[in-house]
Amino acid sequence: MNMAAQAAGLFATYDIPDFFCELLNRGDIPPPGLQLVRDRLARFDLAELRRRAAAVEAQFYRLGITFTVYSDREAIDRVLPFDVIPRVLTAAEWDHVERGVQQRVRAINLFLHDIYHDRHILNDGVVPASLVLGNANYCQAMVGLDVPGGVYVHINGTDLVRDRDGRFLVLEDNARTPSGVSYVLEDRQMMLRLMPDLARGLNIRPVDEYGPRLHRALAEVAPTGVDSPQVVLLSPGIYNAAYFEHVFLAREMGIPLVEGRDLMVEDGRVYMRTVAGPRPVHSIYRRLNDDFLDPQVFNPDSMLGVPGLVDAYRRGNVTLANAIGTGVADDKAVYAYMPRIIRYYLDEEPIMTNVETHICAEREGLEYTLANIERLVVKPVGESGGYGLLIGPHATQTELDEFRALLRANPANYISQPVISLSVSPTLCPAGVEARHVDLRPFAVTGRDTWVLPGGLSRVALRKGSLVVNSSQGGGSKDTWVLAS
Amino acid sequence: MTQVSVFPAPVMPGLRNLLSRYAESTMWLSRYMERIENLARLIEVTSTSVSATNLDAGWDSVIRINADEGLFFQHHEAATERSVVAFYIIDANNPDSIVSMARYARENARVLRPLISTEMWMHLNVFTRWVMELGPNDVGAGYLSGLCTRLKQDCQTHFGITEGTLYRDQAWLFYILGKHLERADQITRLIDIKYHTLLPSGVGVGSDIDMSQWTSVLRSAAAYHAFRRVLPEGMTPANIVGFLLKNDGFPRSLSTSLRSVYSVMGSLAGEYRLRHCAPIIERVEELRVTLAEQTVEDIIMRGLHEYMDWIQRELRQIQNEIAHAFWPPAVSVQSTGPGRMEQMQD
Repeated sequence: MNMAAQAAGLFATYDIPDFFCELLNRGDIPPPGLQLVRDRLARFDLAELRRRAAAVEAQFYRLGITFTVYSDREAIDRVLPFDVIPRVLTAAEWDHVERGVQQRVRAINLFLHDIYHDRHILNDGVVPASLVLGNANYCQAMVGLDVPGGVYVHINGTDLVRDRDGRFLVLEDNARTPSGVSYVLEDRQMMLRLMPDLARGLNIRPVDEYGPRLHRALAEVAPTGVDSPQVVLLSPGIYNAAYFEHVFLAREMGIPLVEGRDLMVEDGRVYMRTVAGPRPVHSIYRRLNDDFLDPQVFNPDSMLGVPGLVDAYRRGNVTLANAIGTGVADDKAVYAYMPRIIRYYLDEEPIMTNVETHICAEREGLEYTLANIERLVVKPVGESGGYGLLIGPHATQTELDEFRALLRANPANYISQPVISLSVSPTLCPAGVEARHVDLRPFAVTGRDTWVLPGGLSRVALRKGSLVVNSSQGGGSKDTWVLAS
Repeated sequence: MTQVSVFPAPVMPGLRNLLSRYAESTMWLSRYMERIENLARLIEVTSTSVSATNLDAGWDSVIRINADEGLFFQHHEAATERSVVAFYIIDANNPDSIVSMARYARENARVLRPLISTEMWMHLNVFTRWVMELGPNDVGAGYLSGLCTRLKQDCQTHFGITEGTLYRDQAWLFYILGKHLERADQITRLIDIKYHTLLPSGVGVGSDIDMSQWTSVLRSAAAYHAFRRVLPEGMTPANIVGFLLKNDGFPRSLSTSLRSVYSVMGSLAGEYRLRHCAPIIERVEELRVTLAEQTVEDIIMRGLHEYMDWIQRELRQIQNEIAHAFWPPAVSVQSTGPGRMEQMQD
């Protein structure tokens, strides 16, 4: 707390709560780079900072860096709120995160290969077979299929939080179609344009390699024997909330953005419709959920997918990234077993550990959860986006009782975790610069090997005291700086 | 007629072929923007040229040029300035209104965002938002001219940004194709309706008529000064029609538009080796020949309306054939011939 006393200027009124603060309460003497950012920020005038923040928002809006909400017939473009104060990670912190993410991705890919082939991990009783084979995301069409390089999860997002001691904990894996990476790149561009004086002279790891790296990885996993593979990005189209990100990534990679109707399958091969007729496609970065990929195999009503795509995939004529059926690995119930999964396949201790998790499908887990619900976060295992969860300490007695009933009725649908004292980061708020909770989603790209984009998406819960960082629920983003030294 | 290629060969050989859906959207993006500009010109000129005598005369021809009699008179008793202007600028229920077309243009641009420049998107996005916010107070008599000027300028800005930023590949050619097909269509509509509105039946060429109305026809096509330069003494209806149809130097004449369409199709067939171009090229060539081989007097004598009508039908046919050639609803790998075989991997 003595550091708060030292803070001045912009941070004079910064009321550091009793959490790990990424910038002002780290419990150590900050490395020089971090100290420099802090000193420079402290000299900023609040009005000046607000002026720049307003310019950022206008710029995002004009550029159409938005997520789109469709109501009735009107497209409403909304800008993800962006905070002009960056979140800074030291080289040592990043080294730890990077190795932790790589380890986790390696384990997830081995796990997926195993459960779709010999199922050793289930036979050895490390993970309950029912949890995997009975999982809604377990995909029969993947059984026995060999994917190029054994890579199932080419793009992975790992949601991390930091506890009171600044320790990184994994909150969630996103192994299906993780989104948000476009904000990382756009935030950086915006940041360097509007706050050049803050970044000047600092050795910040660049993020603009993401497009070429992803393209290379997608080409590496194309079917063997293809000289210069045609990679495309398959999007649900302009009505999808993440359409901007799809556009962004297609442009960064220099590949066509296609919709299901642009693709066709003939004789087990995939083609795209061009003005010169059908042209072969070899590698598909799909931003379409499993259920919509192929009406012949999954949801027969889907107009977004490509009939015959799964057949072409099974024949090895096209690669899908991510593979089908990866959702079983990022399931919140399977998540609880991830430390054991890492040990099982890699014979290593997890570099980054999980948040302590109670599995309500297991008797002890359920009983513990029911007995301690007012101190726990209870999450439904099937949902994403922060929907349907209960934060015990913030809930009323009625809400707690209701949730207990839900738990008893369908225990297997829930896990619970202690409330983590999420780290905070100074954030420009209506009343001045205040502490707001943040998380971090690094993105890992896997082709022949795994590369982690330096930094990742720092999401910030803009409401005071809130722990929910999701964009759909009042979250914003911050630029994440990884210092090279 | 000299053939000037304003469409240089692409810098990089072997560029990827354009996705059919992109080609379609590119074409419609430019068609809508061209149509908005033409409509804004027409509204502006109509509002200034009718005000002298009868405030509401001339507005019905705007409706007829756009063939919107059905929709318009469902909701309005009479074609007054107020009703027509609202109908064509801010009425979101009218698919031919500027607000509707701006939205269609932006939706097409949204599809094309992987392809077009950020500047193109940003301008269209801001433009469309501005148009969508226009209300009845913005289109009142005192504001109309300024409003039309801004609309026109925004279209021109769009064309300028596109010219300066859009990569010169197939997408650019489809963009130019759409723009000139639309221009050709618009100029024939304008001539057809105005000629018969301003020349009551039975009055021959050269009769004593109100030339100020004809001046406004030229102005609505941005042709007034160009015409003066070419034919300083020849302000007759026939000369004006002839100028708008056949002048090869005037950027909005039918002959100029057809020449551009012809040249683009030639590039698609030649530089990009796209198939199915030949019948389309033939059809465009036929249009150009009929235009070049007749004097405007011949055309008027044989029936201007019939000729304009035929050209419009041919232009629609060209659009249909382009759609069929480049974005067919159903296509098979087998049906597209040996061209694709070299692309296949085994």
